[in-house]
Amino acid sequence: MEEIIATIRLALRALARNKMRATLTMLGIIIGVGAVIAMVALGQGAQEQVQQQIASMGSNMLFVGAGSMNRGGLRMGWGNTQTLTRDDVDAIMRECPAVALAAPGTGTGAQVVFGNDNWGTRVNGTEPQYFEIRDWPMAEGTPFTQEDVTLAANVAVIGETVRKNLFGAVAPVGQTIRISNLPFKVVGVLTAKGQSAAMGDDQDDTIIIPITTLQKKITGQNWLRYISVSAKSKAASYAAQQQIQALLRDRHKIRPGQDDDFGVRNLADLAGAADAAGAVLTLLLAIVASISLLVGGIGIMNIMLVSVTERTREIGIRMAIGATESDVHRQFLIEAVTLSFIGGAIGIMLGLVTTFLIPRVLGWAVSVSMIALVVAVVFSIMVGVFFGFYPARKAARLNPIEALRYE
Amino acid sequence: MANAVTSTAEPVAPAGTTNDAVIRVEEVHKYYELGTNRVHALRGATLEIFRGEFVAVMGASGSGKSTFMNILGCLDQPSSGRYLLEGIDVSTLNKKQLAAIRNQKIGFVFQGFNLLSRTTALENTELPAFYARVSQQERLRRAKAALEMVGLGDRMDHFPSQLSGGQQQRVAIARALVNQPAILLADEPTGNLDSRTSVEVMEIFQRLNNERGLTIVLVTHEPDIAGFAKRAIVFRDGKIKKDDRVLNRSIAENVLKTLPALED
Repeated sequence: MEEIIATIRLALRALARNKMRATLTMLGIIIGVGAVIAMVALGQGAQEQVQQQIASMGSNMLFVGAGSMNRGGLRMGWGNTQTLTRDDVDAIMRECPAVALAAPGTGTGAQVVFGNDNWGTRVNGTEPQYFEIRDWPMAEGTPFTQEDVTLAANVAVIGETVRKNLFGAVAPVGQTIRISNLPFKVVGVLTAKGQSAAMGDDQDDTIIIPITTLQKKITGQNWLRYISVSAKSKAASYAAQQQIQALLRDRHKIRPGQDDDFGVRNLADLAGAADAAGAVLTLLLAIVASISLLVGGIGIMNIMLVSVTERTREIGIRMAIGATESDVHRQFLIEAVTLSFIGGAIGIMLGLVTTFLIPRVLGWAVSVSMIALVVAVVFSIMVGVFFGFYPARKAARLNPIEALRYE
Repeated sequence: MANAVTSTAEPVAPAGTTNDAVIRVEEVHKYYELGTNRVHALRGATLEIFRGEFVAVMGASGSGKSTFMNILGCLDQPSSGRYLLEGIDVSTLNKKQLAAIRNQKIGFVFQGFNLLSRTTALENTELPAFYARVSQQERLRRAKAALEMVGLGDRMDHFPSQLSGGQQQRVAIARALVNQPAILLADEPTGNLDSRTSVEVMEIFQRLNNERGLTIVLVTHEPDIAGFAKRAIVFRDGKIKKDDRVLNRSIAENVLKTLPALED
């Protein structure tokens, strides 16, 4: 042990002899390790953000959308069939044991006016259990009730973005707004959810009213664009998907081999896919950053080879007075590892500083993992061992007589 | 100074030495393959050196004396023949064992001093003890004692660049002695030194030889320097041509008194 410490001290002194060279050599490792840490933090930050957003859409949530229509070979886009009905919602609640709640939904774009302000937004019609399914509490006021749905009452719950744009500092609950020229009383304000990870749109830019009111007084349509469903548990969401699919195929009289006229999307699947995509992103970033670490390692090898040549005479002296091949080998290997380790340590600091700055300067999410730090250090030491090995072996294999004669 | 080397009969365990051979070289040959040429550097050298001897090895360049010294120093191995160092047949040892022999049994002093630059006198002196896995405390103690013996007790923290040639050579001698070797091999130790400093180095050698009974083998091409040894060997064409006792041996201590002191 004492021997190793003495050798490390020797290595530090040898490196201090050529400070500029040592620093430049370390720079490769510094940048490499720093990049790995920053990139992995960035990748994981993105991954976590996506996960949070998916979670914000409602736990265990499934989404049944009206499907594409196939009319004589002409296939329309999603949401064009008119086969999804209120009865389907009741049937799902009745016949799919994995389903906890289901709410009908449809929507339209509309211009909303309050006082002198107006705002174009999306008006969605649904039923009160929708807020439960989406796990979406009120920031102010209360949601509308089942009675409001039965009566097709002119009541509205507004999203945060709408509140901001229409009301500003005014308290919205109890105020009356006009949607497509109809007066609506604001009963509640939704909590902010932020951007949707799945769709990329602003989830808070919405007004939610009873579906009956929307269908009867605004759109005049009685079919649904979507049904929001919550499964009994996260584990049950796949079963729920299967059950809904089977049920709706049966109810819509779709023959085997024919395409569905609806689509069931499962948020757990979406989360899984996003997670996988995030992991690939993290891995890619880490690989790109690792390449610079590799280049740094090659720099170390290069400098160590130069150093061995320069110090041929020193190696000869050491061998003449009794250093064994393994003594010389150890000395140069430790020198290389010392270089890469110091570089790695500075690289960690650089990586952490970068990770600290990214969210503040660029506004991107980051997540520093302890594992990434440990892996970066271990990797930098391994780079030193790997790229220091050949120069060290070259030094150890020198013939002492020739080395002593070397000028 | 007169050439002190004269021919006499075969020397067998000269006076002042014990009867066991520290070095025993038997019919040693050394070839080098240089391309298709084969260079025959040593053509059957046979020699015994006893404990407490002080042997000068002379010869023109190409006479094989350097090859011989490399073999004595365990830096090289004979192509054929045997070399016994304190009874150990060195010609059969592997590299690691040779390194241990160089470390434990041989002290080297070179013409060019061969100190590590930017390393203090003390650290240079310690180095063989470091490779001998001696504890740090003991290393320090031994190195200090060795430096004091060569008269550099007050220069321990100096770097080689801050020392004169003679002082550097004395550090090298201290380094050679730190592991208490069986023999001291000096390869033209005065080649880079002026005459007074050369005699000073010889004074240290003679003192070590007299007081400690240290066996010394000294390569030189200067007959004056060979005159400080007890025995002189001359190489020619890869063979030992002469092996004589030194008559009228120069005593460095006395020679120094006749030389004018130079400012250091």
